[in-house]
Amino acid sequence: MISVSGLSKRYGYRLVLRDLDLRVGRGEIVALLGPNGAGKSTLLRILATLSHPTFGQVEIAGLSLPIHAASARGLLGYLGHQPLLYEDLTAEQNLHFFARLYLIPRARKRVDELLDLVGLESRRTEQARAFSRGMQQRLGIARAILHKPKILLLDEPHSGLDKSGAEMMDKLLRETAKKGNTILFATHDQHRALALAKRIEVLAGGSLVSLGRKLSVAQLSAQYDRAQRANG
Amino acid sequence: MALKSLDRKPRSLSALDIFSFLLVSAATYLALVYAPTESVMGPVQRIFYFHASAGWVGMVAFIAAAVASLIYLIRPNKKWDVFAVAAVEVGLVYSFINIATGSIWARPIWNTWWTWDPRLVTATVMELVYFAYLLLRQGIEDPERRARFGAIYALLGSASVPLTYMSIRIWRTIHPVVIGSGSPSAQGDFDMTSTMVFTLLFSFVAFTVLGTTVLWHRIRLGWLGERVEELRYKAIGF
Amino acid sequence: MVNYFSALFSILRKDLAVEWRSRQLLTAMLVFSVLIILIFNFALELDARLRAEVSAGVLWATFAFAGTLGLNRSMAIEKEHSSLDGLLLAPVDRSAIYFGKTTANTVFILVVELFTLPIYAVLYNVNLFTPGFLIVIILGSWAYSAIGTLLAAMAAQARNRELLLPVLLFPVLIPVLVAAVRASTGILDGLEMVYIWPSLNIIIAYGLIMPVLGYMFFDLIVKD
Repeated sequence: MISVSGLSKRYGYRLVLRDLDLRVGRGEIVALLGPNGAGKSTLLRILATLSHPTFGQVEIAGLSLPIHAASARGLLGYLGHQPLLYEDLTAEQNLHFFARLYLIPRARKRVDELLDLVGLESRRTEQARAFSRGMQQRLGIARAILHKPKILLLDEPHSGLDKSGAEMMDKLLRETAKKGNTILFATHDQHRALALAKRIEVLAGGSLVSLGRKLSVAQLSAQYDRAQRANG
Repeated sequence: MALKSLDRKPRSLSALDIFSFLLVSAATYLALVYAPTESVMGPVQRIFYFHASAGWVGMVAFIAAAVASLIYLIRPNKKWDVFAVAAVEVGLVYSFINIATGSIWARPIWNTWWTWDPRLVTATVMELVYFAYLLLRQGIEDPERRARFGAIYALLGSASVPLTYMSIRIWRTIHPVVIGSGSPSAQGDFDMTSTMVFTLLFSFVAFTVLGTTVLWHRIRLGWLGERVEELRYKAIGF
Repeated sequence: MVNYFSALFSILRKDLAVEWRSRQLLTAMLVFSVLIILIFNFALELDARLRAEVSAGVLWATFAFAGTLGLNRSMAIEKEHSSLDGLLLAPVDRSAIYFGKTTANTVFILVVELFTLPIYAVLYNVNLFTPGFLIVIILGSWAYSAIGTLLAAMAAQARNRELLLPVLLFPVLIPVLVAAVRASTGILDGLEMVYIWPSLNIIIAYGLIMPVLGYMFFDLIVKD
């Protein structure tokens, strides 16, 4: 579903991603690990069509970017560091706006369903401004999956969430993948990465090192450090 | 790398330096001594040769900047951006000379330093557009975005400048049209003798060569600036 | 096509809804407009004779200044929490975002004009509500928003954004302002249409060229 080859991204003279390759198949959950500033967010933004690669090919569900970006966007769900909401609008208004933008049929029903899923149905008429970080994150995930995307790109999806929120997120990710959808998420939490993902990719020195799943946390830690040293 | 060749000043550029100096000196002689004194306006008319030449170079430089910007948007290559900035800066200086000399001429002829004539306003607005262009570039850190936004703004500006001229033109103009047909209400119109025509054409050539030389220097400066940024990044990492 | 217009209108509707929640922007623009008119009143000592000649100029200068508040704010709400990314993720051509925001900005400035014009008309006892005058107001406001929205999107990504917008906007805005003032003055003076058409044509040309450039360039402005 996601196919990246020879991807490089440069900001000025700084090379953030260097000749990076990545393949993520249907129904796969892949965790993206790496230190701050390694380029995890940049990679996710490029896949989400929000940023352009300097070199290299990116394909989303067989659609190559940037030529088919507009159609690819319909298949993508993205949640970044910001929930991408309008603070002046209520939870409900926010979702209805995005539902119209994505031309979602029977939007009212879908919005109700999502508010219920993320546990915000009782606060639906409150302005997003009044929400805590965790509640904004819940609303953000509802926005990201509103149009039932085939591919989910999540940048630290658990940040700001309380225990029940994080459990909701885990359950959601597992169910989404079970339906045959693809998930790529960046995280700093090695336990969670092991628990959720089938494969772990470590971003170091601008390119990826692929790690299997059947690892203990200690093994992952050791391999992670080794990858950092080798590439950094 | 291509940047290496920048270290030494090209010999042809040095030759061009000397050549433009000689041409401009000769043009100065032609304008101040060789050309006859205009019978109605007197000596002040002599400023016209440099006034028109500077205006010409400024205009060509701005058009060149717009063309380079357009090419940059179609095919983003840093060289077009370096060229566009250089052309804009050269254009700003020459247009300023054009406006200043025009003002000096206008004082005795129109009896005022300034009037809100379409040509004068358009020239001034063009200066402002390209000053804004430089300010915009200053505010943007990412070099690619800076180049892209600069190119877009240069094109927006070049779409609006002709409209500025037309919008003011609708009211009558008093600026003389020396080349081509003049309007009956123009003040300071005059007929050119053949020596005047020669002087004018010579000034055009001299200023064009001088402008090209300055542009070349500015492009070299642009590349050297790029080099500094690159080296600084390599040395200290940002 | 359906997608395109549906996206355009949902963005317009969203901008209006955001503003309707707080009404901060419209209030600020309106108060600012009235203040500018007051300042002009004392700066120019608008007496009965002068007033007829300068009314159009005073009004257009007022709208141009007050309008920058709206343009800045319109992009600020998108940049504040990277909300613009949310729009950029939508599966539509990105120029739909540009036209949505341009339309919203046109509506805002028209609302401000809708309140300012009667106030001016009462204060100075001029009749501004003729069809010709209103057409110039509408066309001019559209042309203003078309270029303003584009430049606000650029300025929003610069370090000195609030400072930059007027500096970028006014030099390229001059043809519309000159033409709008001339056309409005002509209409208020009761001139025949023959004298007004040239200015009107410039507003129309500008109001067509700038949206076309916006359509071409907006994606290049918002792309990272």
